[in-house]
Amino acid sequence: MIRACTVDELPPGESVRLPGSPAIAVFHTEAGELYAIDDTCTHQDASLADGWLEGCFVECPLHAALFDLRTGVPSCLPAKDPVRTYPVVVDEGVIYVEGTAREDAA
Amino acid sequence: MKRVAVVGASLAGVRAAQELRAQGYDGGIVLIGEERHLPYDRPPLSKAFLAGAASQASLELLDAGDLASLALDFRLGVRATALEPAARRVLLSDGGSVHADGVVIATGGRARTLPGFEGAHTLRTLDDALALRAALVPGVRVVIVGAGFIGAEVASTCRSLGLDVTVLEALDAPLAPALGPRLAAVCARLHADHGTDLRCGVRVEGLSEAGVRLADGSLVPADVVVTGVGMTPATEWLAGSGLKVGNGVHVDAGLVTELPQVVAVGDVAHYHVDGVGRRHEHWTNASEQAPVAVANLLAGRTERTYTPSGYVWSDQYSGTIQLAGHPRPDDTLSFVDGDPSSSSFVAVWQRDGATVGVFALNNAKLFNRLRRPLRRPVGV
Ligand SMILES: Cc1cc2nc3c(=O)[nH]c(=O)nc-3n(C[C@H](O)[C@H](O)[C@H](O)COP(=O)(O)OP(=O)(O)OC[C@H]3O[C@@H](n4cnc5c(N)ncnc54)[C@H](O)[C@@H]3O)c2cc1C
Ligand code: FES
Repeated sequence: MIRACTVDELPPGESVRLPGSPAIAVFHTEAGELYAIDDTCTHQDASLADGWLEGCFVECPLHAALFDLRTGVPSCLPAKDPVRTYPVVVDEGVIYVEGTAREDAA
Repeated sequence: MKRVAVVGASLAGVRAAQELRAQGYDGGIVLIGEERHLPYDRPPLSKAFLAGAASQASLELLDAGDLASLALDFRLGVRATALEPAARRVLLSDGGSVHADGVVIATGGRARTLPGFEGAHTLRTLDDALALRAALVPGVRVVIVGAGFIGAEVASTCRSLGLDVTVLEALDAPLAPALGPRLAAVCARLHADHGTDLRCGVRVEGLSEAGVRLADGSLVPADVVVTGVGMTPATEWLAGSGLKVGNGVHVDAGLVTELPQVVAVGDVAHYHVDGVGRRHEHWTNASEQAPVAVANLLAGRTERTYTPSGYVWSDQYSGTIQLAGHPRPDDTLSFVDGDPSSSSFVAVWQRDGATVGVFALNNAKLFNRLRRPLRRPVGV
């Protein structure tokens, strides 16, 4: 389990990058859901935590590939490969990411 | 509509084919492409692919799953030689023809060449990139004519390979007409900071055995010469079709030609809004025009219009440059984060108090926040 931050530190619409290998991006959607995915876009070297959050999709800040935060699957070019997704848990107001990726998206 | 011919099997053509399926069209799609390769993406040709860091397979725009689901009738290695609208026919260079009720023109363009530079490298296709890559062996001196996006990217890649690079540019600063003097100076600095010898205000005359001859009589020694001086829209095959061409295929604001069953997308599309014609030579434009053009093709008339984002990126040396909007030389430029001497900054252009363009160097997050409002359709 990786500690991300407290819920208060990540208001809806915001994202945070957790450095590491791989780096992980955690998103808090406007609808109040929390998602974690690999931070590095599978197309090139962009940080998805810097991307634009729209519903449960994030748009890559470099070339606008859209990733579904629930599955990690890109819904448009130029990215073709999915990013891995990670389970997120909240415990006593703190957001944690489970370090091992969900296999279904990989 | 039973069959659509998409002419040009690159980004715009592929996106159009995908959109046809996404918008429910279940007839035949014939995808005609002059190159013998499966559709591939061009931006890496001047970057990772040229550097040898990306494989040919990684360039492919369609994977096996896409190929199966799109059910395309590929005609690769074949050029369209004429369009006969009355007969609803596209003639092909192999002597065959394709009968189609709808046509998507997506023929992009070819690298412009300079007189006197026959035999120099250009960079537009995968084959061009393979040829240039093979020439970039250790120790060669590279001279690039033109400091536009492609010239700058090739210079950057060559420097990353440890090669000696000189860039010859006719303007006083790279990209000055598009970016204005302050940002052009930033682009010039990127070259200087990375050991590229950028020479501006230079008139080139031609190629000789030893290198590039300049108008002042001097010679710039070179083993490999690349010209990066823009492209010419590929419209020659439309001669005699009755369609209006001239710096691209002329289309309305919905990318439809005078014929409702013929649309154009991507680098070749010269579209008109309020009487003003415009063409873009950038990835995002080719991708974003497809849904609009296809919707209008399927509707049989212009129902949707295209709003360009003007978005361009370019990777040069340690920098990612991003530009959006359509700034004009008389707009006011101001720096909202960092300044032109920083390694990361964002600048905006304003006109009558409104932001009309955003430029960033290594600052993707803020760039995307600021460009959002630019992307909203402005009621065209
Ligand atoms: C080296 C390079 C780097 C680039 N980097 C960037 C970048 O970093 N950022 C960015 O925003 N944009 C970049 N671009 C621009 C981007 O790649 C183009 O805007 C995009 O490829 C346009 O797609 P298109 O399908 O309209 O045209 P094209 O990609 O030019 O494709 C047209 C296709 O049609 C075929 N064709 C032409 N005539 C015929 C005919 N008569 N019959 C059959 N087929 C025909 C051609 O062979 C070609 O394959 C780059 C371009 C190049 C060349
Ligand atoms: S780096 Fe993410 S889409 Fe290109």
